[in-house]
Amino acid sequence: MSYWALSLTLIFVLIPLLLSKTLNLGLGRDMTVATIRSIIQLLAVGYVLKFVFDSESLLYIFLMVALMIIAATHNAQKKGAAIQGITWKIAVTLIFVEVLTQGILIGFNITPATAQYIIPISGMVIGNSMVLSILFLNRFTAEVEDHQDQTELILSLGGTPKQAIHRQLINSIKASMIPTIESQKTVGLVQLPGMMSGQIIAGADPIQAVQFQLLIMFLLLTTAAVTSVFLGYLSYPTLFNKRMQLLKG
Amino acid sequence: MSTQYKPAIHFQHVDYRIGDIEILNDITGSFPQGRITTLVGPSGAGKSTLLKLCNGLISPANGEIFVKDKAIGEYDPVELRRMVGMALQSAPMISGTVYENLNLPLELQGQQLAKEDALELLEDVGLKGDLLDRKVKELSGGQRQKVSIARTLVNKPEILLMDEITSSLDRASKLEVEELISKINRKYKTTIIWITHNLQQALEIGDYTWVMMDGQVVETGESSLLEDPQNQRVNEFVKGVVS
Repeated sequence: MSYWALSLTLIFVLIPLLLSKTLNLGLGRDMTVATIRSIIQLLAVGYVLKFVFDSESLLYIFLMVALMIIAATHNAQKKGAAIQGITWKIAVTLIFVEVLTQGILIGFNITPATAQYIIPISGMVIGNSMVLSILFLNRFTAEVEDHQDQTELILSLGGTPKQAIHRQLINSIKASMIPTIESQKTVGLVQLPGMMSGQIIAGADPIQAVQFQLLIMFLLLTTAAVTSVFLGYLSYPTLFNKRMQLLKG
Repeated sequence: MSTQYKPAIHFQHVDYRIGDIEILNDITGSFPQGRITTLVGPSGAGKSTLLKLCNGLISPANGEIFVKDKAIGEYDPVELRRMVGMALQSAPMISGTVYENLNLPLELQGQQLAKEDALELLEDVGLKGDLLDRKVKELSGGQRQKVSIARTLVNKPEILLMDEITSSLDRASKLEVEELISKINRKYKTTIIWITHNLQQALEIGDYTWVMMDGQVVETGESSLLEDPQNQRVNEFVKGVVS
């Protein structure tokens, strides 16, 4: 795409700006800031990626992935403020998911161990893991609050904390995985995934683009399941003390 | 109080607070073994909190609680809660059938309740056996409370705590549950500590009564104390409630 063509894409920003002004939506400032931020952030990432790809240094790859994990942890931890030590629990979950998925991809020689593959795939894995963490924590904190009487019932009958929270944990894991599973069911029918569309537009063979998309989708299914289960089992014990009492607030 | 009975549970200078808010203040006293003790008092007096302390769902900020002469902290929480059963005010149920709810205490221990035992429990609490496979969402308020009590009995508790279990029931169901409380006490020699707002119930069912106000125990003794309270505040409370 030429710079002239790229400049013309700003038409897609002007349309909502005009609508906002005409209808007094009051979104003009937010949209302008969002546009400027996305231009700066994406261009910066583009140059950083070019530098890392050219250098082929494992240290830079590691730093890029570490940065992604730190940013994702920072973003997700706000939703789990009620859970003690949630920041490191999310960080450990993201690291575990990243190591597991890259371990399988590189270990089984599915993708090469180069920056060109590791960084974009890590971005998708960590980004999805972050969203899953937020979905899980949102649901889990609500479930614990809404079903406090069930938790107390099982504790009062001599159940363990794990038994007392089991239903809420399972409900939260299932609920957080629904969007991933549902989007897989309709993929290709309702929407063409962004990565596949990008490859096709860039001139790749559609069949090859589909193969990569399948790889990513299966990868994201593992990401979703492992994130919810791992984060769930790390989180629930902190809701109780050593006397098996439910800690409130 | 009641020096002729061994204490099933003894409170010694117990305080409980949430943050800076004092819920219970310097509670001292005993619940006699094998007897029925009623906790009465206005809302917010700390009665439900006191019951939760008895089976270790919460712990005191200060003071000691002894269950059968052993400090509560020395018990394994699971062992304690099976020995000191609790029927909660809202009678929470797990979704499913009456049998699945009755089976819950044993399921938590990796065991299963025999159908004959489940039928016997239903009979004990005055429910018909054909309710066993009924979904709990189809039960009336009174039936739910009875199933909740029967479920607590599965663990064969030596001490049974009941938190305002009759508050949302109609008059007929209330009478049935009152009779059930007496029956459990007679049949299993279970120590019962229960909360009610109804002073008439306390007089009829309870052997002993604790009157609580503002997080303190203001008067204890045989339930007949409610007919002629010595404490001025209790007197006002009784008159206020009775009238």
